[in-house]
Amino acid sequence: MGLIERDPHTGHGTTGHEWNGIKELNTAVPWPVWAFLIAAFAFSLVWWILMPAWPLGTTYSKGLLGADERQVVAAGLRASADRRADWTRRVEKESFTALLADKAVMTDVREAGHMLFGDNCAACHGVGAKGGPGFPDLTDKAWLWGGSPDAVLQTLRVGVNTEHADSRVSQMPAWGRDGMLKEQEIRDAVAYVYALSHPGVTKDALGGNAVAGKTVFSANCAACHGANAKGDIKMGAPDLTDRFWLYGGDEAAIQESVFNGRQGHMPSWEKRLSATERKILALYILDMGRSGQ
Amino acid sequence: MVSTMTANERQAALVISILAAIVGLAMAAAGRHDPLGVHGAMVLLTGLMCAFWVIRDYYKPEPPATRLAAYYDEPIKAGILLALLWAAIGMFFGDWVAWLLAYPEMTFDAAWSSFGRMRPIHTTGVIFGFGGNALIATSFHVMQRTSRARLADQFTPWFVLVGYNLFCAMAVSGYLMGVTQSKEYAEPEWYADIWLVVVWIAYFALYLRTLARRREPHIYVANWYYLAFILVVAMLHIVNNLALPVSWAGAKSYSLFSGVQDAMVQWWYGHNAVAFFLTAGFLGMLYYYLPKRAGRPIYSYRMSIVGFWGITFFYVWVGSHHLHYTALPQWVQTLGMTFSVMLLIPSWIAAANALLTLNGAWHKVRDDATLRFMMVAAVFYGLSTFEGSFLAIRPVNSLSHYTDWTVAHVHAGTLGWNSMIIFGAIYYLVPQLWKRAHMYSPALVEFHFWSAIAGTFIYVFAMWNSGITQGLMWRAYNPNGTLAYSFLDTVIAMHPYYIARAFGGLLFLIGTLAGIYNVWRTIQAAPARTPQSDQPILAVAQQAGS
Repeated sequence: MGLIERDPHTGHGTTGHEWNGIKELNTAVPWPVWAFLIAAFAFSLVWWILMPAWPLGTTYSKGLLGADERQVVAAGLRASADRRADWTRRVEKESFTALLADKAVMTDVREAGHMLFGDNCAACHGVGAKGGPGFPDLTDKAWLWGGSPDAVLQTLRVGVNTEHADSRVSQMPAWGRDGMLKEQEIRDAVAYVYALSHPGVTKDALGGNAVAGKTVFSANCAACHGANAKGDIKMGAPDLTDRFWLYGGDEAAIQESVFNGRQGHMPSWEKRLSATERKILALYILDMGRSGQ
Repeated sequence: MVSTMTANERQAALVISILAAIVGLAMAAAGRHDPLGVHGAMVLLTGLMCAFWVIRDYYKPEPPATRLAAYYDEPIKAGILLALLWAAIGMFFGDWVAWLLAYPEMTFDAAWSSFGRMRPIHTTGVIFGFGGNALIATSFHVMQRTSRARLADQFTPWFVLVGYNLFCAMAVSGYLMGVTQSKEYAEPEWYADIWLVVVWIAYFALYLRTLARRREPHIYVANWYYLAFILVVAMLHIVNNLALPVSWAGAKSYSLFSGVQDAMVQWWYGHNAVAFFLTAGFLGMLYYYLPKRAGRPIYSYRMSIVGFWGITFFYVWVGSHHLHYTALPQWVQTLGMTFSVMLLIPSWIAAANALLTLNGAWHKVRDDATLRFMMVAAVFYGLSTFEGSFLAIRPVNSLSHYTDWTVAHVHAGTLGWNSMIIFGAIYYLVPQLWKRAHMYSPALVEFHFWSAIAGTFIYVFAMWNSGITQGLMWRAYNPNGTLAYSFLDTVIAMHPYYIARAFGGLLFLIGTLAGIYNVWRTIQAAPARTPQSDQPILAVAQQAGS
């Protein structure tokens, strides 16, 4: 033990230890430290007595309050379902027409739909449901699989090109890549299809002959898109005469679609969302389209 | 480095370097179709380089016996420079991923630059690269000074430093290739983990051997903390990384634990990495450099004792507070929470002991940026331990968990506490070790201090705002019982805070780079007569006779 000194600044004595010039004061631990330590321990003790806390071999101390996290969660879920019940019950029972006409219930649908759409649909269709290349705009009038409430609900339930037994199935073949059409035939077909939605365009300026393209179209494309190219919602074949284009309506995009084909995918939501949630989403989407027009 | 070793030590260094090269060659050959092969090549190269260094100076004259009258400072210098190098790397990647969160396209479509790979480069770079090297370097310094004994030999310190940095390099290069065992802060795979165990045991043995040669009757507090750091980190590292490799020729392994047990082991590790890597070791640093720089005695030896045993006892219980409201049984959560609350008291004892030590030296805090770094570190230590105990309380945690509040908390600790004390220690050490009168530019130290402080505050406030906003949005309900916000809404709400955070991080990084430049210029300057700050080691004859 070295020499015990008195620190002139604090008035406390040192311990007499010294390490490379560092000394220590032997100051007593201030009483609040003990007080807080005791208080913190008392808090813990109370919590241990009230709540599940200590392991006891194969079991544990259950606590006087009988708290059980599982029950707390179950009760919480039940309570929030009850809070929603008065309007969700109506959504479940009433028809689309009645619901869409009911301002009060549609306010609830919009609030619920905002969260459901944001968490499940917006990643592909966008926050405003306006879609993007490869992902349909849900607010416009063009519907690949039909825009009736039941058709929308069905698409939500089974999805497109999924593993669901009733999945909607569609495929645009890769006419060029798979060698089903010759290069000139494709160019002609593209010119024809382009001209369908661009009536003023001169046919031969597009590198293909629209007149020759019509023959190619009738022989190969009409089976799905129809002789008048108006599409077919039974096969998810788009109308090629309108201004709505899923993968782009310029010459290059059409060329790409015809040459390499297209196969879209929309998940089946049957196992991920409840029937009520799917109906809320269908209502939400139809309502957006309605107000968007 | 080799010229300071004895003939026997050079021999040992050569044998071990060649052994490492052979192991590296075997790894490279066996793992040639796997990232393991790349790491084998790295080990081989390191072994060859070390062997080359040893051979180059092999026949140089041995160091004279008078060396024993002086402290062995070369490895400390190397450790400081390595720490600074890792600081630049780790903080650069940290700020990059911070910008990435605001602008996701900043991966530039490369696999290696995806968030999942760069984020562990940041965490490993700053925690293990920067923090670890700083801990090793300062522990070498503190253990010698407070024991009044030279390091036990001239080879082991280099083995520890080179070995440890090889581990860090394997870790971060592995992440770039997608090698990870997906355990946060324990991402490196089995072979790197085994290597770290070898290095760590050598480190622990070196510490004990040096301590055994001490010329002081008592062991100083700083050494208690450094030893707790080394010992407990070894325990945590070994248990959490128990895994079965899929093949000896591949990097992939599977943890011995699964499900909720895996989660519990991981967070027992994870939180105690905070406790013993980022707290205990750094308290060791604080307990030496702060009183030394302030020229004041430690306020209370008794508080040191209560603080040390409280921190080491309570901390090992609290890991389960990372798993509140999960599949982990509630009783484990209760223990984690209550011990976290009790932990606050010894944590604040340590912080208070440091700040009260400054009584009588506050004018120095005002004038000396180096001491101010240390003071601020103690304040942030107190703040973040309070916040930690608070966030561990279950109802509070239900709001804060999984939000940016946790990120704010961690960075208040790592930027405000860990980095500040390291920079304080470095600004104290560099002029001394390189025998310069002072740092190249004291003004630049001031600049570093203020940019680090500003960066920390911007970062932490941005993340507090973001985290609480996020937590409140997640639990907000409409009156009709539906959730008010989609997840996407909360992401959009966080965007401005993410930009602010990245900017705060940038300020911190700029300060660090200024510090590195300042250290570099200080080393470049001419040696000067330095004021005596170390008490002399014992006479040569006595030292050699021991």
